[in-house]
Amino acid sequence: MDIQIRPILVALRRHKAGTLLIALQIALTLAIVCNAFFIIHQRLANLSQASGVDEGDVFVIANYWADVNRSTEQVDAQVRADLIALRQLPAVLDTTPASGYPLRGGGWDNFVTMTPDQVKPTTDAAVYTGDEHFIDTLGLNLVAGRNFRPDEVTAMGTQQAITPSTAIVSKALAERLFPGGNALGKSFYAMGTTPSTIIGIVDPLHRQGVDSWSNSYAGQALIWPLRADDSKGIYYIVRARPGQLAAAMRDAPKALYAQNRMRIIDPKDGIQSYAEIRHRVYDSDRGMVILMSVISVVLLAITAAGIVGLTSFWVGQRRKQIGVRRALGARQRDILSYFLTENLLITGGGVLLGLLLAIGTNLWLMLRFASQPMPMVYLVVGVLLLLLLGQGAVFAPALRASRVPPVEATRSV
Amino acid sequence: MFQYYLDLAARSLRRNKALTALMVLAIALGIGASITTLTVLHVLSGDPLPGRSGVIYYPQIDPQDLRGMSPSKEPPSQLTLIDGMNLLHAARADRQALMKGGEVPIQPEQSALDPFYVDARYTTADFFAMFGTPFRFGHAWSAADDEAKARQVVISRDLDEKLFGGANSVGRTLRISGTAFQIVGVLDHWQPNPHFYDLNTGSYAAGEQVFLPLQTMIDLHLSRDGSNDCWGNGGGGTDTLLPADTCVWLQFWVQLDSPAKVEAYRQFLVHYSQEQKALGRFQRPPNVRLRSLMQWLDYNGVVPDDVRLQTWLAFGFLAVCLVNTVGLMLAKFMRRAGELGVRRALGASRRSLFAQLLVEAGVVGLVGGVGGAVLALGGLWLVRQRSSDYASLAHLDPSMLLTTFVLALGATLLAGLLPAWRACQVAPALQLKSH
Repeated sequence: MDIQIRPILVALRRHKAGTLLIALQIALTLAIVCNAFFIIHQRLANLSQASGVDEGDVFVIANYWADVNRSTEQVDAQVRADLIALRQLPAVLDTTPASGYPLRGGGWDNFVTMTPDQVKPTTDAAVYTGDEHFIDTLGLNLVAGRNFRPDEVTAMGTQQAITPSTAIVSKALAERLFPGGNALGKSFYAMGTTPSTIIGIVDPLHRQGVDSWSNSYAGQALIWPLRADDSKGIYYIVRARPGQLAAAMRDAPKALYAQNRMRIIDPKDGIQSYAEIRHRVYDSDRGMVILMSVISVVLLAITAAGIVGLTSFWVGQRRKQIGVRRALGARQRDILSYFLTENLLITGGGVLLGLLLAIGTNLWLMLRFASQPMPMVYLVVGVLLLLLLGQGAVFAPALRASRVPPVEATRSV
Repeated sequence: MFQYYLDLAARSLRRNKALTALMVLAIALGIGASITTLTVLHVLSGDPLPGRSGVIYYPQIDPQDLRGMSPSKEPPSQLTLIDGMNLLHAARADRQALMKGGEVPIQPEQSALDPFYVDARYTTADFFAMFGTPFRFGHAWSAADDEAKARQVVISRDLDEKLFGGANSVGRTLRISGTAFQIVGVLDHWQPNPHFYDLNTGSYAAGEQVFLPLQTMIDLHLSRDGSNDCWGNGGGGTDTLLPADTCVWLQFWVQLDSPAKVEAYRQFLVHYSQEQKALGRFQRPPNVRLRSLMQWLDYNGVVPDDVRLQTWLAFGFLAVCLVNTVGLMLAKFMRRAGELGVRRALGASRRSLFAQLLVEAGVVGLVGGVGGAVLALGGLWLVRQRSSDYASLAHLDPSMLLTTFVLALGATLLAGLLPAWRACQVAPALQLKSH
């Protein structure tokens, strides 16, 4: 097939404005779509981040105490009684008292240092508290060491700062503190004057928040053997027996109220399954994915429609010329390939400009929104997509052009 | 003449329905997306205290020790209790209030209602007058009540409706966290957005149900919420119910009615810092800030980055839609070269052809604007279905509705300029000859 580019270029020069507009539209579309794809992909990666929790069977009860003037001992006694009541339920496998939970959307964080008087902290870790049931209730994967013993768990009252002598840490934290080495048996300081010795390592364990400020501390968490007997309230993390999540979520508050009525469990969001917790904490990421996807699809559709519209107009304008070419011996497929090639040239020009715009946009996003640099693959995919889109959009008008009969040449207008 | 052009525009648009529909749709989609995201941005970056925010300021001082110091470092964003009380009692501003957020259990007298938790604001007397809170019944407590640690409370209209069916509950008793409080005031609806006076307890759609004296909270050890930043060995210590003196945890706002007073207050803060340094409490050289309310919101980056990013994205989208419309309009206008040539030959000036084509573009813009407004309403409905704290605020107000049409009309007229100009360049003789 001998495609002559020269005549196409000559013809395009007669439609400068239209050509430039299509190229510009292609360029802008490419710039937006590449960056949108990149953002969508990043946000989707956030959405599927592992929490370390066996999410299918676990739920959380936010339990507030109606009487806030009780002593730590009284609260502790109530918490122990509650835990027994929950564990007796047929649908419940295990439960633990907690001051926070993974994906809660923010919570307790401590700086971690290697010595007590270190000025600049080594790193930062999410702090979880729980008893010897914490790991099993959440379904965490203990990769080294051991779980807490019941005698290691102590009660912590309101606003009390207790540093237990043992801790279980996430693998990410262990490796940050003791790179390459075995962290078991070694100690660290977490904003206290006494050290905590690492007795176990779990992997993975997500932080409580998903904010981007904590990205450099991702996966760094520590668990202290404490019952958080705050006079205000406590979280009970509960693990249902397999397949009995709904029953456990229905029975648990009844059992707690039966144990003691002096508590407040919000009927609306006092009890949340991990599916709900995950849905809520990633709301912003999900919103971004949806918006970016919708805009990308609509943008591609509009650009395609614009190409169809303008090419159809050109075909209509050139019916006579097409007829002359046909009369002079051009075959149908010559006409078809003429329009396809014309579009390829315009789209190609637009794509070149679009690449610059896409990279520029990415740089600006990095500067303004602390975005990551965009890998080349997004550009490649974007370019291919737009070239295909252009060819696809131009095909119908080009086909119509190829069916212009040679006799058109003899008609005026 | 305008009517005639409108008629011509309607005829022309009807003649080529697919192309017209495509143009209108592109404008509508672009405008719909832009207005949806712009409305969210507009709501989130709005002035929480219209007409008042200009005289409200947030003083910052730096009581930290010398560790971890860098020259450009901003002072902490809150105050220690000592400094807060000192600045409050100095009373150098026209009005001032020290405050902290919390959550308290309400124990209703009616046994039909279970106890429940509400957000509380512990503050000082000027809070209400300074922020201009509307009172439905009663009034605020006085500065004397602050010092007396009075068991007095101002409640929100929502709480009044929940507990007392909306009746005037001033003088009645409310049990908060086991203590009897006397209701002295009931606020009318008041929910400044953003929740500027304490951004640590939710930036949007956050509102307290009870307001009571800060000193009373300290006296009763009521529970506190929000941020608490410590340095040195300040960690709250063991079993102390208040944060240590090396912790900042209180917000302090002042009202300064004139630029001279603002400058004087800034001097006062420097002076205070020097004095505290001389006393040995402060270690750093005076490091003070006095930001206005809107500057404070800006400094704290209160509008989420995602919202800004989405707005940029939507306007990029609108740009593509406009380029698309320019191309389609060009095709449409050029196709009418013959008709335009006839009009020129019959005596119409270039100017009137230009006007005629712009009217046509304007009609497309208006119809696209209507479509865009409908799409924006749908888009905002979708935004409200989300669980972000600001989701419930996303509503189209009259000013944004006006913006929709101005933007749609302006953008389409702009898009029509080039095609209309090109179409006016037709040589009438040439057009007439070939037909």
